[in-house]
Amino acid sequence: MIEAAPTEKRLLRLDMMPHMLCPGCGHGIVFDAMLRVLARRYETLDGVAFVAGIGCSSRVVGYVDSATMHTTHGRPLTFATGLKLARPDLKVIVVTGDGDGLSIGGNHLIHAARRNIDLTCVLFNNEIYGMTGGQLAPTTVPGAFTSTSPEGNHEEPFDAARLVEAAGATFVARAQSFRTRLFEEVFAEALDHPGFSFVEVLTDCTEYFGRTNHLGTGADLLFAQGREEPAVDADLATRPTLRPVPEKRTRPTLATGVLHRSRRSTLEEAMGLVGGAR
Amino acid sequence: MREQIEGSQAVARAVALCRPQVVCAYPITPQTHIVEALGARVKEGSLAPCQFINVESEFAAMSVSIGASAGGSRAYTATASQGLLFMAEAVYNASGLGLPIVMTVANRAIGAPINIWNDHSDSMALRDAGWVQLFAADNQSAVDLHIQAFRLAEELSVPVMVCVDGFSLTHAVEGIDVPDQESVDSFLPPFVPRQRLDPDEPVTIGAMVGPEAFTEVRYLAHARMRRALDLMPVIAAEFAAAVGRGGGGLVEPYRLEGADLVVVAQGSVIGTLCDAIDELRDEGISVGALAVTVYRPFPVDAVRAALAGARRVVVIDRALATGEGGFLAADVRRAAPAGTPLHGVIAGLGGRPVTRASLRRCLEEASRGLLGELAWLDLDTTLIEKELAGLPGGTDVHAGPHAG
Repeated sequence: MIEAAPTEKRLLRLDMMPHMLCPGCGHGIVFDAMLRVLARRYETLDGVAFVAGIGCSSRVVGYVDSATMHTTHGRPLTFATGLKLARPDLKVIVVTGDGDGLSIGGNHLIHAARRNIDLTCVLFNNEIYGMTGGQLAPTTVPGAFTSTSPEGNHEEPFDAARLVEAAGATFVARAQSFRTRLFEEVFAEALDHPGFSFVEVLTDCTEYFGRTNHLGTGADLLFAQGREEPAVDADLATRPTLRPVPEKRTRPTLATGVLHRSRRSTLEEAMGLVGGAR
Repeated sequence: MREQIEGSQAVARAVALCRPQVVCAYPITPQTHIVEALGARVKEGSLAPCQFINVESEFAAMSVSIGASAGGSRAYTATASQGLLFMAEAVYNASGLGLPIVMTVANRAIGAPINIWNDHSDSMALRDAGWVQLFAADNQSAVDLHIQAFRLAEELSVPVMVCVDGFSLTHAVEGIDVPDQESVDSFLPPFVPRQRLDPDEPVTIGAMVGPEAFTEVRYLAHARMRRALDLMPVIAAEFAAAVGRGGGGLVEPYRLEGADLVVVAQGSVIGTLCDAIDELRDEGISVGALAVTVYRPFPVDAVRAALAGARRVVVIDRALATGEGGFLAADVRRAAPAGTPLHGVIAGLGGRPVTRASLRRCLEEASRGLLGELAWLDLDTTLIEKELAGLPGGTDVHAGPHAG
């Protein structure tokens, strides 16, 4: 059961409301779950800094009543690396999206994982560029329509969790906007983990991905996640505007939960920035 | 035939008429409608055998364009703002290699602070990157300049950037005459590269050049760029003959006859400026305008000739060289007859509207000799004074603006 007490409200900049997320967008659900975790752990966010890039996901950081830094597109992990070197004592949370973190900033993601820098990166994966109006992303499922793949996507998407694990991340988890309890659990574990912790969370863009592919409302998309059906696959295949790609699942069912956990020196430990004389 | 079309759609149609062979797309506001429209045309098959690819960044967009152009294809991409800066290394690479890529820049401010609205900071940052820069005053000119850009680029082996004001042009619906395919085909022959990367006749493209020849390589690039000043009027005349109306050239004068005060500007502010000039002329103020269409290379002689009769010059810049002033103003100062008083006006940064009323006020002041050397249109002086109190020598020990 999720606690009803809106203790997380004190962590919000209520004067920034109303927020800019679309009705039915999964990002608000994930953001709310993040705040619940933080509210349970922190009375104030004085020791926490948020760093975000550009995109719908990154915008949520602007609503947190904390030190928040908004960077150029794709660069939050690099800004956060500098911040951690300057202030190793801070708990740094990077919020990024699939376009920001896997496309234009993909290089930085693998290097942050390789360095095992001690911060938590949450990647909101909605399979599309939402803020600019629904263009193809490196996570868009094969066959799906976007404003720049009018013939259906030809390209294979990234598996963000496997990519980051292969690059050296020491904590990798995947959650869904449908299962907020699972997200809360893995996000809390990620915050506790020493080293580069990465949480990919599947969330839905209703306005562009959902509408363009005739997948229904935010609730339809959310419950499709919940059924863990060949996820949205079944819906996609019945829609007359979509040509299903033969022999290929449109959206494979993905493993969720903690997918990888290991322990090795963090960058800060290796550099002698923590646990000893500086 | 004139049709009501959104600027981005019109640009996409103009580019499609030029039969591009590779189009690279990465989303960035306010450019995205252009590549989306081209993607739709590729899908419907009307651009075959054009290849359309979604890339992972603007850096990739320009790099893929370079590969496509080196391989002998007519390559096109579009970007704006942060995207243009992100691809800067590849932008220089394209011009250094002499590859005739055409790119639309949907002009937008540069962050921080992040701002998606129009000004010319992006193009200005790369004005000396070895690309020809053309500035569209309206969407008709955007259409015409794109078609001429491919011809200019390919004749000179120089890449061309067509600068189109974000939102105020890209998202504006205007009556536009888009030429037919036959006219464009008669004006723009198929791309024949001077050199292509081809294993049948192997060449090395992009090899290292040391001190013994680097200056000469740069000199030749300079010489090719300068030729654009002779070629652009010729191309504009041939374009006019092909489509049956004018459009293009180095500069565009407006009511310069007998003008004591001449206002130089570029981009979409021209329309508002011409309206303001009409009103001021009705009131007996002798004022005219000069639109700079080709900004790089800068048409010094054409600007000097247009300013010959001016007693005073005002230059409107929609970008700021921080700590200095206007970019266009600096160029015009070089061209203006010696001793002519010149006033730079910084206007419309980050999408602030440049209204006819503000322009009128500014030009009336200028005509009475009251404008300073550097003026700012519609500056909020109350806010500025408060913040300036925080600078060294002010009352606050912490210098600079603050967040929150």
